[in-house]
Amino acid sequence: MPPSAGSAAQPAVRPSAHAGSSVDLAEVASRARPVVLAGERLLPVLPALRPLLPQGGLRRGSVVSVVGSTSLTLAMVAAASAAGSWCAAVAVGRPSLHPEAAVELGVDLERFPLVAALPGSGPGGWSWVVAALLDAVDVVVAWSSARLRRADARHLAARARERGTVLIVAGPAPCPNGMPAPSPNGIPAWPEAVDMRLTVVTSAWEGIGHGHGRLLARRVEVAATGRGAAARERHRVLWLPARGGGVAEAPKSEVSPPQDRSGRGSGRPDDPKPDQFAM
Amino acid sequence: MAVRTLVVWCPDWPVVAAAVPPEVAVAVLSGGRVLACSEPARTEGVEVGMRRRQAESHCPALVVIDHDPGGDARAFEPVVAVVASFTPRVEITQAGTCSVAARGPSRYFGGDAELAARVAEAVDVVLGGAGTCRVGVADGPFAAEQAARLGRGIVAPGASAAFLAPLPLATLGSVLPDARGPAPRAARAPGALADLFGRLGIRTLGELAALPPASVAARFGPDGAMAHRLARGLDERPLSTRTPPPDLTVTAELDPPVESVETAAFVAKSLADRLCARLGELGMAVTCVGIEAETEHGERLSRVWRHRGGLSAAALAQRVRWQLEGWLTGGSDAGPERPSEWDVGEASTAGITLLRLVPDEIGPDRGSQDGFWGGRGAGAERAGRALARLQGMLGPEAVTLAVVEGARGPAERTHLVPWGDAPPSNLSRSTTPTVVQRDKNRRGRETPPWPGGLPPPAPANVHLRPIHAEVVDAAGTPVGVTGRGGSTGVPSRVSIAGGPWFDIAAWAGPWPFDERWWDPSAHRRRARWQVVTVAGTAHLLVVESGHWSVEATYD
Repeated sequence: MPPSAGSAAQPAVRPSAHAGSSVDLAEVASRARPVVLAGERLLPVLPALRPLLPQGGLRRGSVVSVVGSTSLTLAMVAAASAAGSWCAAVAVGRPSLHPEAAVELGVDLERFPLVAALPGSGPGGWSWVVAALLDAVDVVVAWSSARLRRADARHLAARARERGTVLIVAGPAPCPNGMPAPSPNGIPAWPEAVDMRLTVVTSAWEGIGHGHGRLLARRVEVAATGRGAAARERHRVLWLPARGGGVAEAPKSEVSPPQDRSGRGSGRPDDPKPDQFAM
Repeated sequence: MAVRTLVVWCPDWPVVAAAVPPEVAVAVLSGGRVLACSEPARTEGVEVGMRRRQAESHCPALVVIDHDPGGDARAFEPVVAVVASFTPRVEITQAGTCSVAARGPSRYFGGDAELAARVAEAVDVVLGGAGTCRVGVADGPFAAEQAARLGRGIVAPGASAAFLAPLPLATLGSVLPDARGPAPRAARAPGALADLFGRLGIRTLGELAALPPASVAARFGPDGAMAHRLARGLDERPLSTRTPPPDLTVTAELDPPVESVETAAFVAKSLADRLCARLGELGMAVTCVGIEAETEHGERLSRVWRHRGGLSAAALAQRVRWQLEGWLTGGSDAGPERPSEWDVGEASTAGITLLRLVPDEIGPDRGSQDGFWGGRGAGAERAGRALARLQGMLGPEAVTLAVVEGARGPAERTHLVPWGDAPPSNLSRSTTPTVVQRDKNRRGRETPPWPGGLPPPAPANVHLRPIHAEVVDAAGTPVGVTGRGGSTGVPSRVSIAGGPWFDIAAWAGPWPFDERWWDPSAHRRRARWQVVTVAGTAHLLVVESGHWSVEATYD
């Protein structure tokens, strides 16, 4: 229940015939609850991700969709998890995320249970489990694999809003057969409009060459769009992961042009980066 | 007056416990000497106390087994159980020998002879031909054990001293509890004492018993006095019996059968209250409890719940309730769609007629103290309740916490622990104590280096099942890995799961892994590659005996 703002100072507690009854007490409690500003209803995100989000954090009660990257999804919850929030990951079967990657980004595994939902829509199914977790934890990361009904999506969004929980809908498990990340308007992971949508547009790996080196860091371009203040599309170039782990902001000048999506520093053996030989 | 005692003695117990066929010549060795041997070995001349080489020179076909005291004790447990069915307080002198106070059961079963016959019969049934047992009844455990060992059976009350008198003094050596122990007195062990008596011309227990007690005590000290008392049949040591553990199981029979969750949960609440009150009296808390239910159709449903910190009555009642919800409602709806490999559990088809709570593991109730500054707060409580509830619905394995442990491949580095279980102890051993102290909350980040492990960054997406792939070089020939760990070609294109071919923009590898070469059944030779396609997607590919698969994706 959203706390009512601004009525904290009202001294309107009259002793009535029903004074002391639980109804009156509940009313008094709701009035006396301190004001919570929108800024306080934010969960922190990693500093590099702040420019992507209009409020600089995950707004409680919102639905966020992350398309095309498991590590971006994990990076979204990392700061909140490290700050003590409970997060949970749900997928039909089992989330195929790698816990070690989550740890490298800063997720605390002791507060990050992985839940395997049953296929189908009955009790124990995906939306049932997500609804149960929305009541319990601060951030729910859900990988959807099947199409979700609009009514279920609306129900879950309302529940997240009511409970002040962030629901992060990770796009359908990325196609393993090498297809590029789907476009922002491609596969609908969430049939309703979401508050925020983050999409990995391009990605390029560093540190690997032709038979030498290894994967070290990846430069991704992330597009963020959404409703309200987030309607203007924001683009940021990030190191995800950066060298030595974590997420860092990459200088804008290094953005690879759109036609060269094919892994800068890896596709051109005639122009090797120094680090390719550092290994 | 010594306590009337019944002793059950199984000869050559370490051999019986080793479960070898009776016709094989076997010797069980402890500390380089023969501790026990089988009958064929004995006929060849092997004796207890021989050195290994000596025994093998007597019997070249001797099978030598190392002594396993734990295994002996475990194998003896059924015998103890059957003896305990006659009278509950059983003393296990050592594996192979146990004793009970015989006065009460003798009276009940109609005499010592009748009791001994019944016990021998019951134990023989348990042993099932694997070994034999002998039963002796006498005044005091020492005389009773000698009666059993010598096959004398029953020694009449008051006749123990006369029975013991002709026995050789060496008998004492095998019986005194610290005869072989590492106790400080081991240097002057009763065996040595018996030897000393022998050199003084005392050869039987009767001759020892004839000496004046005060003189024996003065000359030979407490050990001598003890030996003297035993020789006179005055074994007044009380049996150090084990107290049978209290039966804490609580059961409720439901008549008429209960079909609604509410009613069953109400019963469960009172059951949980009873169990916790009982445990509270004992100062214990339950950390693992089994919930069992029987239905009208004779189905038995059971599920074990575990909790690190011990379950309170309310928490226990909640778990029973969630379990019942799963059984009474959830299972029937989603049943047919469930994949068979998921151990989601059973669902009942009829009302529940019996509900039982079986505490599996209990431990001392140390209480729990909430932290003054934060710690496990309301958020953890809320999350814990919801996750336990989901476990009730989906099964305990469906809600897990991941622990990162040392291994080479990304899939093996992940260990999933069901919610509520303590992580396995070997995980904490794999991290050095100083590291654990420095960063207790982030185990895994601080795991020590693992030689041959995959270098960071870790792939974010490890496929639950490896996906088939094909990799070819520029000419279209499949790329493989040679026996020396080199590649047979330059990977140029990759096709995953039968999909379209993608050009490979960059690649590293092969990194060969020759794992568990010492174990033929688990031996695997694999090579890993990191491959980046022109689309910018990075995969971790594995090739094993010519077959490529995608193990993980860096996405």
